[in-house]
Amino acid sequence: MFRASLRSPIFSLRSSAAQSLIASRVIAARYLSQEARAQIQNAVESSPVVLFMKGTPDLPECGFSRAAVQVLDLHRVPPEKMKTYNVLADSELRSGIKEFSDWPTIPQLYVNGEFVGGCDILLGMHQSGELENLLVANNVIPKVEEETEVQAASA
Amino acid sequence: MISCCSHAQYIYCTVDSEEETLNKGSEAVHGLHKSQTRVLPAFRRISAMATASPSPSLGPIESVIRSKLLSSLQPAALVIHNDSYQHRHHAPMRAQDGGSGETHFSLEIVSDEFKGKTTMQRHRMIYSLLSEELDQGLHSLSLKTKTRAEAGIDTAST
Repeated sequence: MFRASLRSPIFSLRSSAAQSLIASRVIAARYLSQEARAQIQNAVESSPVVLFMKGTPDLPECGFSRAAVQVLDLHRVPPEKMKTYNVLADSELRSGIKEFSDWPTIPQLYVNGEFVGGCDILLGMHQSGELENLLVANNVIPKVEEETEVQAASA
Repeated sequence: MISCCSHAQYIYCTVDSEEETLNKGSEAVHGLHKSQTRVLPAFRRISAMATASPSPSLGPIESVIRSKLLSSLQPAALVIHNDSYQHRHHAPMRAQDGGSGETHFSLEIVSDEFKGKTTMQRHRMIYSLLSEELDQGLHSLSLKTKTRAEAGIDTAST
């Protein structure tokens, strides 16, 4: 369906750092190289809807990621307009996207290159109708009014 | 276990999500049902349950979360749920030996510091207050943020 994974950039974290290097590891994890940043920038613009999640839509590995996928599914976001990235498959992406978005948790949703938020925000927007408006405004899903007009015409 | 403390204008509760302790705790909180322990307006003081100091069995991360949020946001209500137990089976948690037991929290905060801020701005406020903890053992934060008006708390005291 719509699976994608971001290949890690040449810049790599030394994950073999010992406990004594925790401080420098934290610093290293926070540092986002130009190349990694550019790569993530490309990823968030690669598709109208981009979701960074744990696991995949078929096999989410976290309740919050699963909820995010389900909400987008409810709005019938077409597969060709959505891309997901599994941060569990790429630890540099996992730390990189947190730095890039300045947001500490996964999942993270981008619509047309703009950060929308995480699971809580997504659910809140879904309940308030804001999410539907956002998806319609960004041409991800058609307006509901058009569909009901068509139904009325054919009934 | 539920421990509650009332202090000045706010009440905060910490709720341990383990099923059996939650049930025991809710009996102890006079007449408040499980669902009612979630958001407590300031004017409802559980004076009988008031304790001068927090329960000693609260973990370090939870204590830090509480003290940081109390001092920065002066919340009218603050409910902290430790959901770590529900996530203990996750691979990353198992790899950490079940984790510290302080990895997943959900917070409900009522504070007028949120006035005029979008949900994202409110969440960013809390994330930046807790950025140190998020760099360490804290893995996940579920947030519900409201102003006093949104929570339906009268600004006039009764």
